[in-house]
Amino acid sequence: MRNFWRDIKGTLQPFWITLGYLFKKPVTIQYPEEKRTPPPRYRARLVLTRDPNGGERCVACQLCSAACPVDCISMQAAEDEDGRRYAAWFRINFSRCIFCGLCTEACPTLAIQTTADYEICNREVLNLVYEKQDLLIESGGKDTEYNFYKHSGIGVAQVRGEGEEEHGPVDPKSLMP
Amino acid sequence: MNEMLISLALILVKLGLIFGVVLTMAAYLVLAERKILGRMQLRYGPNRIGPGGMIEPMCDVIKLITKEDFIPDRADKWVFLFAPGLTALTALLSFAVVPFAPPLTLFGREIPMVVCDLNIGLLYIFGLSSLAVYGVVLGGWASNSKYSLLGAMRGLAQLLSYELALGLALVPVVMSAKSFSLTEIVMAQSTWPNILQHPLAFIIFMISVTAESKRTPFDMPEAENEIVAGFHTEYSGMRLGLFFVGEYSNLIVIGAMTTVFFLGGWHGPFLPPVVWFIMKVLFVAFIFIWMRGSMPRPRYDQLMHFGWKVLIPLALLNVVVSGAIRIALN
Repeated sequence: MRNFWRDIKGTLQPFWITLGYLFKKPVTIQYPEEKRTPPPRYRARLVLTRDPNGGERCVACQLCSAACPVDCISMQAAEDEDGRRYAAWFRINFSRCIFCGLCTEACPTLAIQTTADYEICNREVLNLVYEKQDLLIESGGKDTEYNFYKHSGIGVAQVRGEGEEEHGPVDPKSLMP
Repeated sequence: MNEMLISLALILVKLGLIFGVVLTMAAYLVLAERKILGRMQLRYGPNRIGPGGMIEPMCDVIKLITKEDFIPDRADKWVFLFAPGLTALTALLSFAVVPFAPPLTLFGREIPMVVCDLNIGLLYIFGLSSLAVYGVVLGGWASNSKYSLLGAMRGLAQLLSYELALGLALVPVVMSAKSFSLTEIVMAQSTWPNILQHPLAFIIFMISVTAESKRTPFDMPEAENEIVAGFHTEYSGMRLGLFFVGEYSNLIVIGAMTTVFFLGGWHGPFLPPVVWFIMKVLFVAFIFIWMRGSMPRPRYDQLMHFGWKVLIPLALLNVVVSGAIRIALN
């Protein structure tokens, strides 16, 4: 008999609950009219950033391309007169990209970065193939201060030992420690 | 001769009116159901096309009509084509005996506000609701698909278990009205609606009628998450649409039946009778939608168990007790 009353209660209770929910405000975000602000580390459209001096950060090392699980990044490496590498062309196929962000983790120069811009849908699939001029932005992205050649890049863009946190080359012929 | 022509014209006008109102209501019930269920789940439901999604039913109809009418290989073609029509037809035919207002006197003629006031209207409705299950069974059988067959089998098992309780629940109502005619039954409720006189009969009726409508919690014949879509798994286009026309017209039929048998039909203070009738029908339809949003689905053997071992004995007891009370009071 105890179960009987429990069953009656269990049959009627849901009606009360659904009636309560009927008069609550829905949690739906009505997308095209209302948009929510994605968190700063949201992974969406990829960009190529610049260093504080305005130069391109990308050194065309192919690490992002190698890290990419869907092989959507391709580039051609080229070299400046001063020996600095850069990408002659750089192409990301966003129709393939899965926005995993592995390329940004692989990048040693912080050149390729994710942004929170998730609205890149397009009716023409070829419009989703972004070339270098579409990817490059006039900003340092998440770290505006970082400059790869200030820390590394031995003997290419600057004299050896000139970088921050860098010692000059050791003279092997000197006996001094 | 002239008299006959006028009656015929009146019947045709009433038929056209009822068909128009019922089909429009069925289309908008789909929208109302989707919106109410949405709100119960903290969603908005369809609200994109037209103000508040009001044009959605038209778009649905256009979509269903222009879709491919697919017939599965090795299906029993003619039965397959015929079954959805049967479901919709039986639901629509039930309206012939439903009185939606008291007789109207116009130009010295008394016009009954019912297409055909059969003196066995209640039995006619029962006959049609039993026929409606043929749409399910034939559709499921003819599709030549295991899910459809399972759905059809469940539909039949369900019919067996609710039909008797449904009939028995209405015996006290017929006893107090002393007639099978729906108009008479409504007339008998002019002071007290039957829900107050026969509360137990009302509860049994509501449960059995939910099983008859094949809607949640008793939607075992179509159980989306077990057997794809049950008896209409293989249907597409407007034939699928006809099943839905049948289902939602049936919902209105059930609303009308509940109103006529238990809620006092068109009787009500202040407002005109037709408004009262439509309001009561919509209220019952809302209860069914509400029930769909609240209840889980039992197994079909549990429904049969409940029908045969609980509902039918209760209904029989109710018949005996209310009969005894009637005799004692007279």
